Amino acid sequence: MKKLQVTLLSGRSLSQGREKEQGKLSKSYFQSVACCEINGEDIKEIGLDYGENVRISTKYGSVVIKAIAPKQTLERGIVFIPYGIWATQISGSETDGTGMPSYKGISSTLESAKKEKVLTVNQLIKKSFRRKITKKR
Amino acid sequence: MSQNVISNAVCTVCGCSCDHLEVTIDEEKIVKVKNACAMSSGKMLGYMNERITQPLMKKGNTLKPTTYDRAIEATAKTITKSSSPLFYGWSLTSNEAIEIGVDLAEETGGFFDNTTSTCHGPTILGVHEIGESSCTLGEIRHRADLVIYWGANPVHAHPLHMSRYTVMSKGRFRKSRADRKLIVIDVRKTDTAKLADVFIQLKPNSDYELMVALRAAVRGDEIEQEIVAGVPIDKIEELAEMLINCEFGALFFGLGLTMSAGKSKNIEAALSLVAELNSKTKFVIMPMRGHFNVTGANNVTTWLTGYPYAVDFTQGFPRYNPGETSAVDLLARGECDSALIVASDPISNFPYQAAKHLTSVPLITIDPHITPTTMCSNIILPSAHVGIETTGSTYRMDGVVLETRKLVDPPKGVKTDVEILSALLKRVKFLSR
Amino acid sequence: MEKEISILNAFVFDPLNNIEGEKLDVHIRNGKIVESVGRKARKINASGKTMMPGGVDIHSHIAGSKVNAGRLLRPEDHRKDVEIKTKHTHSGVGYSIPSTRTTGYRYAKMGYTTVFEPATPPLKTRHTHEELDSTPIIDKGCFPLLGNNWFIMEYLRDGRLDECAAFVAWMMKATKGYGIKIVDPGGVEVWGWGKFIKRLDDPIPNFDVTPREIVRGLCKVNKILNLPHIIHVHTNNLGSPGNYRTTIETMDAVRDLADGKRPIIHITHVQFTGFSGSSWLNLGSGAPEIADYVNDHNHVSVDLGQVIFGDTTTMTADGPFQYFLHQLSGNKWVNLDVEAETGSGIVPFQYKRTNYVNAIQWGIGLELALLVKDPWRVFMTTDHPNGGPFTSYPKVIAWLMSKKAREKMISRINRTARRKLDLPNIDREYTLGEIATITRAAPAKSLTLMNKGHLGLGADADIAIYDLDPSKVDLENKPFTIRKAFKETLYTIKNGKIVSKQGQIAGNSYGNTFYTESQVSKNLEADLIKDIQSRFKDYYTIELENYPITDNFLRNPAKINCEAEV
Repeated sequence: MKKLQVTLLSGRSLSQGREKEQGKLSKSYFQSVACCEINGEDIKEIGLDYGENVRISTKYGSVVIKAIAPKQTLERGIVFIPYGIWATQISGSETDGTGMPSYKGISSTLESAKKEKVLTVNQLIKKSFRRKITKKR
Repeated sequence: MSQNVISNAVCTVCGCSCDHLEVTIDEEKIVKVKNACAMSSGKMLGYMNERITQPLMKKGNTLKPTTYDRAIEATAKTITKSSSPLFYGWSLTSNEAIEIGVDLAEETGGFFDNTTSTCHGPTILGVHEIGESSCTLGEIRHRADLVIYWGANPVHAHPLHMSRYTVMSKGRFRKSRADRKLIVIDVRKTDTAKLADVFIQLKPNSDYELMVALRAAVRGDEIEQEIVAGVPIDKIEELAEMLINCEFGALFFGLGLTMSAGKSKNIEAALSLVAELNSKTKFVIMPMRGHFNVTGANNVTTWLTGYPYAVDFTQGFPRYNPGETSAVDLLARGECDSALIVASDPISNFPYQAAKHLTSVPLITIDPHITPTTMCSNIILPSAHVGIETTGSTYRMDGVVLETRKLVDPPKGVKTDVEILSALLKRVKFLSR
Repeated sequence: MEKEISILNAFVFDPLNNIEGEKLDVHIRNGKIVESVGRKARKINASGKTMMPGGVDIHSHIAGSKVNAGRLLRPEDHRKDVEIKTKHTHSGVGYSIPSTRTTGYRYAKMGYTTVFEPATPPLKTRHTHEELDSTPIIDKGCFPLLGNNWFIMEYLRDGRLDECAAFVAWMMKATKGYGIKIVDPGGVEVWGWGKFIKRLDDPIPNFDVTPREIVRGLCKVNKILNLPHIIHVHTNNLGSPGNYRTTIETMDAVRDLADGKRPIIHITHVQFTGFSGSSWLNLGSGAPEIADYVNDHNHVSVDLGQVIFGDTTTMTADGPFQYFLHQLSGNKWVNLDVEAETGSGIVPFQYKRTNYVNAIQWGIGLELALLVKDPWRVFMTTDHPNGGPFTSYPKVIAWLMSKKAREKMISRINRTARRKLDLPNIDREYTLGEIATITRAAPAKSLTLMNKGHLGLGADADIAIYDLDPSKVDLENKPFTIRKAFKETLYTIKNGKIVSKQGQIAGNSYGNTFYTESQVSKNLEADLIKDIQSRFKDYYTIELENYPITDNFLRNPAKINCEAEV
């Protein structure tokens, strides 16, 4: 499968900002945030359509999220993931002595993850942090 | 119960601190809100979603309901025993709560940091070096004939910014949109860029080069390049002319500048550009603060400790060295042995490695809602929303302090941050005597 | 804590009650000075020691937006001076801009018990009060900045004096402020466009009112409202060679409004506006001329703004001056204009004794203090931190009391400055009584704080006991003894409780915040509210309803009621 070198941006989106107020376990939050805006030609190049899943990998980690059409103009070679727990799976902790990690402009690899699932918040926490989330009795 | 309409409520979402909200309350619930942007009405109408209504403590692998007294006692014991507790968050609560938080960190000899360190921390690092030519938002509304958004996308992150304070607002000396020019500088054509008179698209991670080239052009130096940061040189020189020839310019910048390559150096360059422009015309600069009271977190921490974030109390007096004493770095190095998170979700927002360390130490969270951080916590203390369920003071992004209102009661039995933190501080002092 | 204390046998200096060095016993009950107490009272033997009322600092930048912006600007200022947490005190930092707890402790250690933040932008005054409330021990208050306010300038332009007075009364109530502060009248509005003004009679663009009219108008308003303090003025042209003329012109601008009984205008940190000459090269001291005017006209009071050699931070509401200082020094610079109201600026600065201009500045402050004859109309300040940190007050006291101390410094300053100043030829030495006047009695009187600045019956028991024996030591020859004594009290008592003992702070009590409410007639008030309501949205970016500070915002409010004459 084709792998594309892209630059990753993460940031606010209006829907992310609105949906986080609805609750981070909500379906609407999941739909607004566990996704990645990709330029039309880039997604074609990796053989996918919007709505299918992609894997984004950086030197820090890898995450599967849904590919969506850009809500604002997006050039080739740039992908945008709204702030949230999916974006931070692949962000690095180096702060260059400033305290600020790099959330924008990270070099990453984009590839198809057609057959893989996007993990929910619950599943992601379980997997990433190896904790069993048990509901209160 | 009849309907009750409260006007001029202060919004507690972003740094705009719009205070013209009209909130309708029916049967002790907010049912309608006027004048609010999408994020604000999202919060005002969704504040009851996924609430935690009872303190919870982990017993074995299960979170069990408990009382505030027990949860506070367990928290006090944990942080008093720790040699380097981390107190993090603070940007979504009131000044009154933050003050107690600083004292908690001081009393336990821990670290006190707020979301600035992953947001506009680099801005503050720039201000330490250069200073800042700024003003309150009304000055821009009245006087600015040139407004720049650089690495900021207010349509999405500060929806009412332009209509209340900048290009779409009405000022004493600038009556309409036609009296002002909007310039947007970004790596992609955002929705804000679509409204611009001039849009400059630069290559990602090259803001520093563009800023420096702009400074040179403003000074009248000759730039020996055809293209800088993906922008042709004559475009840069045109932009410089616009800056010099305006009567009052305002540069707003966001995380596009603080988070990309260069970080604090980008901001130093921006602050320097604006300082230098003041020799030719009037120019101001302002960071677009995201969380509604991150400016308050900075101010309170500064007057109590001298420093705005990343404060280290482990030596018995405030120390400050972002990059060393900031939360992400501390956690990535595995340095904190317990953490109290207030009104923040670092499990979601911190890079993975730092978030991972949080899950390996006793983690206590004070928050109204279920979040990935509460889901990983050992102790959870539910709290009331400032500006909705309790009063509290907050700072707008330009330093103006507003008193928020209590509009409705919190869920039964849920306490405020101030109540929880005061009780906690009292216990901690007792245990450390 | 004892409710009753007797302090025995001290040499008491209480100028307001004409006591100058008598050996007296002073008794305290329930926080007040009383005639006598019971046998079980705690007794403090103060034989051979000096007692004064607690210090009253009428002008010190300790709280608010520009102060905090200064702290944020200068982490380097904090790193060199830290306070470690103790059992009874918080940790802190800061040499020229201490953190709030450190500010309270350091003032208390020096025997000061009341401090006023002299310049708060009304729109941001909640911030000022938050910081004042975070400052332990001392009583405090603040002066809202009104000299560039849009409403006020328009009322004065239109000759609507009564409405202007009603507005100022409303403003004082809304900000929980104490008195009228005027900084660079009209000049800061012009700086809103990045421009400068020079003359008292230059009309302010878009407002058509002159600096002179602003000063006169607010002076009249102050009288109408019967405010406890007088207009507190930082004149135009601060920092410009030759500006002593502006100072005299400003003082003279209200001469006809005087009633002959008490001052009606206070010119603050007059050192900074006491320059003679026409350039930096021929800069001189305008102190003799200003002192002559002050001596001949009793409608004026001043405070020094004394320069201390060393590193400090300048911060004022004089935005244009601060920009100018940034250009002059090349140091980093913060500017914070405030919509429809005022501005501010912050620039770190170093005063060097080898620098001609700085040395002249150092001389100006002292010359003023020594040439003005009436100690009731000249107060000691360093305009903290503009001239130097307030912790330098002991140095200033030593210079005022001891010609020897002055000579020592004079011998080390820039040679040309030394030759230019009159200071080397001035022999006067302040007595302890005069020091007590200019550091406590006179400022308290100027603020009309009836229970402060003196030790009469019924006064607040705010007391400083210094390790000074005026009967044994000729202090004028022992400047080091003076400095040492005033650096740290043996006891500082606040509201009848010992708050500091030989530099050890007893704990975190919090003082009162004084503010003024001047009640105008109901009709006038109603008309005013209607007028503001119609225009507020056009001027400000917050709602009128959210502007006034609520009554329970302050930790310990102490209202002073006044009757207005309208």
